[in-house]
Amino acid sequence: MTARGVTKVFGATHALTGVDFDVQRGRVTALFGENGAGKSTLMKILAGIEQPTTGELELDGEPVTLPSPRAAADRGVVIIHQELSLFPNMSVADNLFMARERVRNGVMVDDRAQRETATALLERLEEPIDPRTDVGELRLGQQQIVEIARALAQDARVLIMDEPTSALSAAEVEVLFRIMRELTADGVAIVYISHHLEEALEIADTIVVLRDGGLVASAEAADVDLGWIVEHMVGRRQDELFPDEHGEQGEVLLRVHDLSVADPRNPGRLSVDGVDLTVRAGEIVGLYGLMGAGRTELLEALAGRLRAVTGEVEIDGALIEGPVAARIARGLTLVPEDRQRDGLVQSMSVGQNLSLAGLRRFIRGPLVSADREREAVASTMRDVTVKASGPDAPITSLSGGNQQKVVLGKALLTQPRVLLLDEPTRGIDVGAKADIFTLMTELAGRGVAVLFATSELEEALHVPDRLLVMAKGKVVRELRRGAASREEIMVASEGGAR
Amino acid sequence: MTVAPPMSVADAPAQGEGKRLKAFNAVLELRAFIALIVIIVVFGLLSDAYLTWDNLVTMTKHVAINAILAIGMLMVILTGGIDLSVGSIVGLAGIVAGVLLEGLHLGFANTVLYLPVWGVVIVALLVGTGVGAVNGALVTRFNVAPFIATLGTLYMARGVALLISGGETYPNLGGRPELGNTGFDFLGTGKIVGIPVSIWLMVAFGIAAVFLTRKTPFGRWVYALGGNARAAELSGVPVRKVTMRVYMISGLCAAMAGLIIASELTSAAPQAGETFELNAIAAVVIGGASLSGGRGAVRGALIGAFVIGFLADGLVILGVSTFWQIVIKGAVIVLAVILDQSQQKIQRRGAAIAAAAATQPQK
Repeated sequence: MTARGVTKVFGATHALTGVDFDVQRGRVTALFGENGAGKSTLMKILAGIEQPTTGELELDGEPVTLPSPRAAADRGVVIIHQELSLFPNMSVADNLFMARERVRNGVMVDDRAQRETATALLERLEEPIDPRTDVGELRLGQQQIVEIARALAQDARVLIMDEPTSALSAAEVEVLFRIMRELTADGVAIVYISHHLEEALEIADTIVVLRDGGLVASAEAADVDLGWIVEHMVGRRQDELFPDEHGEQGEVLLRVHDLSVADPRNPGRLSVDGVDLTVRAGEIVGLYGLMGAGRTELLEALAGRLRAVTGEVEIDGALIEGPVAARIARGLTLVPEDRQRDGLVQSMSVGQNLSLAGLRRFIRGPLVSADREREAVASTMRDVTVKASGPDAPITSLSGGNQQKVVLGKALLTQPRVLLLDEPTRGIDVGAKADIFTLMTELAGRGVAVLFATSELEEALHVPDRLLVMAKGKVVRELRRGAASREEIMVASEGGAR
Repeated sequence: MTVAPPMSVADAPAQGEGKRLKAFNAVLELRAFIALIVIIVVFGLLSDAYLTWDNLVTMTKHVAINAILAIGMLMVILTGGIDLSVGSIVGLAGIVAGVLLEGLHLGFANTVLYLPVWGVVIVALLVGTGVGAVNGALVTRFNVAPFIATLGTLYMARGVALLISGGETYPNLGGRPELGNTGFDFLGTGKIVGIPVSIWLMVAFGIAAVFLTRKTPFGRWVYALGGNARAAELSGVPVRKVTMRVYMISGLCAAMAGLIIASELTSAAPQAGETFELNAIAAVVIGGASLSGGRGAVRGALIGAFVIGFLADGLVILGVSTFWQIVIKGAVIVLAVILDQSQQKIQRRGAAIAAAAATQPQK
C-alpha cells in the first residue's frame, strides 16, 4: 500500500503536507513523530476514516479510494485505534464481531460460533477472557487486547496499529510482538505507532519519522539508533523560541500532598497515584509524560474538575477544596488541554469568551457592566497579543494559536495566583508558541506560580525551571533546568517498569 | 522516587468490583419486578376486588397498550434517541382507521372507497411506520436532534389527525355488513381462548422484540449505537439504516396501540393518545434502561409498563383521587431513576477507593 503526496487540511491548520508513505508486505513499518506531527491523521487516511484533501492512495499498485472504514476493511486495511473504540455495554464476543456477525438461518446471530472463534482468538493472544464478559468490566489492558483481537478477526492484509501497547504489560507486549512476527511471515503489512521508542525500534523493519505534517526521514531499522530517531522527531529549532531564565522565585505557593485520582473512564484504576509536588511563586514547573501518564487528570483534579480519591491541595498554606468556581475565586485557574471542547464556547465572540471565567469581576448589582467588561477585554487582548478583527469577532474565525491565546487570556482575567496549563502549545504554530512562552515567563515574573503539562521534549527541556516526569500516575523523576538530557527524560517517562 | 507497581495490583479489586456490578445490574432489573410484586400484594390486601381473575385481565388489557408503545420506545432509547411522537401517532392511526371504515370519498371518481378491515389495519400501520420514517429521516438525513425532530412530528401528526377528522370523533367503527367491513372491534374487544386479543398482541410484539434485540445482528447494532456511536460507525455498522429502522418500529408499535384503542371504543377521537409518549418513556426507564442508550431490555420495559398500569388501576380501585394518582405516578418514576443513579455512583466510587487502597499499602 502506498500514499502519494497526501495533504490534509483541517480548517486553518495543515495536519499533513505532501506525504509519500509506503507500507511493504511482510514488514513492520514504525512511524515516529511528536504529538501533532500527523501520524494519526495519516493512519486515519489509510484506514478510510479521513479523506485526504489532496493526494492519492494505491493498493497493490492500483489507485484506490477508501470512502469509509468499512470500504477499507473490505479491502483488507484494518486499524487498531489509539482511543479504544469498543462497546462497554456489550460482551467481548459481540465486540469482536460487531457489524460482521456470524449469522445462522439467515437472521439469527450464531452466538455459539462467535464465542468459539472469540475464545480461540483470545487464546492466541494468551489472554483467557470469557467472551461473554462485558467489555466495560475488563481492565484497560484487556480492553486493548480485545481491540487487537478484533483486528485479527478480520484477516487484515494491511494492519495499522496506533499505540496498541499503551496499557499492556511487558508480557502482553511480548505476546503481541510474537503475533506480529507471525502475521508478517504470512505477508501481512503492519504499520506500528508507539510513543515507546525502544519498543517500536525492537519490532520495526522500516523506520519513518514525521514532523509538523511532513515526512522528514526514513531508514532501515537496523541502520539507526534511538538518538537518530529523537533527533529527527524533534528537529533543530530556533533557540529564540524558548525564553531565557527569569528572575527570583519566592515562597512555596502551591503544595500538593498525596493526591490520587480515579481514571474517569475506568474507575477501578488510578490515573494519578499519590502525587506530591510544590510550586513556588514565580516558578515555572513542567510536567512531562507520555499519553496516559496522568498529567491531564492531575491538573483537572487540582482545578476541581475531577474529584480526588485522596490528598490535599494548599495555596499559601490554606486548604483548597470545592468545585471549579470556588477554586478560581481562590486564585487557581486551569487552561485546559482541548481548547475546542473545554476551553472555548464556539458560539460566542472573542470578547465574550475572554470575560466568561472572570465575569464576576464585572458585575454591578445584578447586571454585567458592559463598560468594565469592554475595558478588561481590550486590555487582555493587548496583553496576550491576540490577532483578531476585534472583540466581536467570532471565536471560530481565529487561528489555532490565537484561539489558544484567548483561552489563556480568559484564565488571566480571573487574576490567578496559580496558573495550570495543559499542553498550552499543542497544534499551534511556532510564532504563537514563542508568544505563549513569553507570556508564561512574564506571569512568573509577576509572582504567579505556573505548572504546565507538555509532551514535547524540547519544551520540557527548555521552558520550565524545574521538570517533573510522570509515568503511570506517579511523579518518577524531578530534574532542574539544564540538568537533564533528552534520553534521561524519555527513559524516565517510560516508567522503567516495562 | 518509586517505580509504579505492575498494573495487576491495581486491577485485581477492579475485576471483583466488575463481577459485583454485574450481580448488581441483575438486581436492578429485578428491582422493577420486586416493585411490581409489592404493588400486587399491597393492593391485593387493601382491596378484595384487586386480585380477581377478571380484574387482572382488565388491568393487563390496559397495560397492553402502554407495553406495545414501550417496546417501540425502548428500541429508540437503546440507540440513544427518544421518540416523543408516539402519542400523536396513536391518535392519527385511529383517525385513519375511522376514515377508511366510514368510507373514503374519492372526489375525482365521485365514488366512496371501502377497504376490508385487514386493509384498514395495514394502511393504519403503514401510516404510523411512515411517521416513524419521517422521524428517522429528520434524525439521519437532516441531523435534527431526536428530541426536536419527534417534538415536531408530535405536533404535525396530531395536527393532521385533527385536519382529517375536522376535530370530530368518528363514532361508529363497527362497519356495515352489506359492505363486508365489520369486525374491526375484534382487536379491542375480541378474545382468543378467553384472553383479550390486545394481550395476545402484546405477547406477540414482546416475543418479536426479544428476538430482534437478542438474536439478530440488527439487535447488536442497536445496542452498539447506544453504547458508542462513534465506534459503531468505525466498525461499519450501518448507523443511518439502524436509526431509521428503530423510529419506524416505534411508529409501527404506536399505530398498533392506536388501532387497539379505536377498536376498544369502536370510535376514533383525534385527541386519543395525548401524553402517551410520557407513559412509554416512564415504562422504559422504570424497566432499567438508560436514556443515554446502550442499556436496557424488552423484559424490563414490559415490567415497567406493568408497574405503571397496575399501580394506576390499583389507585383507581381504592378510590384515590385522580390528582393524587398523578403525583404518585411521578414520584415512582423519579424514585426509580434516583435509585439507579445513586447506586451506580456509590459503586463507582467504591471501586476507585478500593484501587487507591490497593496501590498504597503504606497508608
